[in-house]
Amino acid sequence: MSDFLALTLAEARDGLYRRDFTARELADAYIEAMAAARALNAYCAETPERALAMAAAADQALAAGNAGPLAGIPLGIKDLFCTKDVLSQASSRILEGFKPRYESTVTANLWRDGAVMLGKTAMDEFAMGSSTETAVTGPVTNPWRGEGSNKNLVPGGSSGGSSAAVAAKIALGATGTDTGGSIRQPAAFTGTVGIKPTYGRCSRWGIIAFASSLDQAGPIARTVRDAAILLKSMAGHDPKDSTSINAPVPDFEAALSGDIRGLKVGIPKEYHTTQMPAEIEALWQQGIAWLKDAGAKIVDVSLPHTQYALATYYIVAPAEASSNLARYDGVRYGLRVNNGGGLHDMYAKTRAAGFGKEVKRRILIGTYVLSAGYYDAYYLKAQQVRTLIARDFAEAFKKVDVLLTPTAPSSAFGIGETTDPIAMYLNDVFTVPASLAGLPAMSLPAGLDKAGLPLGLQLIGKVLDEETVIKVGGVIERAAGFAAQPKPWWRS
Amino acid sequence: MSIDLATVRRIAHLARIDIDDAALAPMAGELNQILSWVEQLAQVNTDGVPPLTSVVDAELPRRADVVTDGGYPQDVLANAPRAEHGFFAVPKVIE
Repeated sequence: MSDFLALTLAEARDGLYRRDFTARELADAYIEAMAAARALNAYCAETPERALAMAAAADQALAAGNAGPLAGIPLGIKDLFCTKDVLSQASSRILEGFKPRYESTVTANLWRDGAVMLGKTAMDEFAMGSSTETAVTGPVTNPWRGEGSNKNLVPGGSSGGSSAAVAAKIALGATGTDTGGSIRQPAAFTGTVGIKPTYGRCSRWGIIAFASSLDQAGPIARTVRDAAILLKSMAGHDPKDSTSINAPVPDFEAALSGDIRGLKVGIPKEYHTTQMPAEIEALWQQGIAWLKDAGAKIVDVSLPHTQYALATYYIVAPAEASSNLARYDGVRYGLRVNNGGGLHDMYAKTRAAGFGKEVKRRILIGTYVLSAGYYDAYYLKAQQVRTLIARDFAEAFKKVDVLLTPTAPSSAFGIGETTDPIAMYLNDVFTVPASLAGLPAMSLPAGLDKAGLPLGLQLIGKVLDEETVIKVGGVIERAAGFAAQPKPWWRS
Repeated sequence: MSIDLATVRRIAHLARIDIDDAALAPMAGELNQILSWVEQLAQVNTDGVPPLTSVVDAELPRRADVVTDGGYPQDVLANAPRAEHGFFAVPKVIE
């Protein structure tokens, strides 16, 4: 086999099952590619020895005929997932040196099915960001560059290490987490496929918490089929997470029938914003045309509270974060800064040194909106608007089966270019509403902009109906025929 | 509702994050920018609208009130910056 890296996850799986090659050969190819791509800074911890041990176990299982569905598949794991005895820092200084003594449910599910861990992927600190510039290990660089340009671009965020690793073919797939768009926006920026499933589909147990009512794990992969395969292994009921949904996990791959005749696709008119670049509007129209050609019925719908989604999110998420991040106090794990000033001084100094700027900003906003006298004006109000946003979707889904929108309002931007917090927050304008309503959504690459950078389209489905999202995604993927790839400038 | 320096100091204390006096004013500016942006929610009529506290229509699962986990203090203490005699160790509390 001359080029292992060119295989999709589904092709690699089938090749391994046919014994065309071994998991060891595949792992060797990826370990070598990962080491040769350090210029991207996508991995914050590489675990080649563990990868080889897991590949050996996969080869044994394949030989014995009892291999799991992901046997021998090398993956990158976002640093938000606790992985036993492997650094798990949420890309934050405050978790310096933290090696959990336990494994998150989602990663345990992947290892149960035979997957191989290549390492941990960097992210915006505590998943708070849209560019992966705030990782304690430094910014991650997008493998994509504009046509004829040497400018380094962001890979999106917060799952930017994962999206960069998949796009650069230094992982066959990766885990991400999405609180307001952190799987879908990086997928759009890197020409990859990302699925945020229904809230509760994947267990949150062992995932370092950011905003618990929104956080949800999902896959980033090269194709819709690959993402569907990964999601099947990641998902499932878990008694250790009280918000985990106790419903059967469908065979998501089987949803890729290609037949969407008669399916009703909603186009929310509020997503036509005035600031949206013409190219993205045009790509959206192209997506509509592809679905029409495949026999779907296009229906205009309205989600009237869309414009309030971001502001709602930026009250709810910081409020939950300020509570969740109270646990980092220098006592039980991670960093401790102690200048001999007593316990309270140690707390405040540890947190001052351990958290980055954006994390501090959000903790302070969250503390403020939850504080006495402001709770009703901010937090309660935001929770009420969240109800209205969820109702908008429920109304729309009485008329349609799935919604089609752009994923992000731009293609990847340059590292260091966006310094204003609110300008950064606006990246998630199209992804946040589905997060607030807990709905499944996917981003997939649908074309390139003038500069030659990938653009994504988003599909939003009904609660627990990832299958329709995947089915429609498969149709767009085939129609778009997205075959562009970044030039491997990073290879050393 | 605008945040002044005393308020930033107060919420930083509530959040147990040490902030230098020199950093208070820039932080107040950033927080005010974000708060004035989220104040657009005041335009939305939410009379009689219940707050959304859970996106999944599921009853909180119950289980028997029995111990199901534990018994490994070494694992619990393994990541502590300081542990002594099987406990987390912290600086002396002087009040």
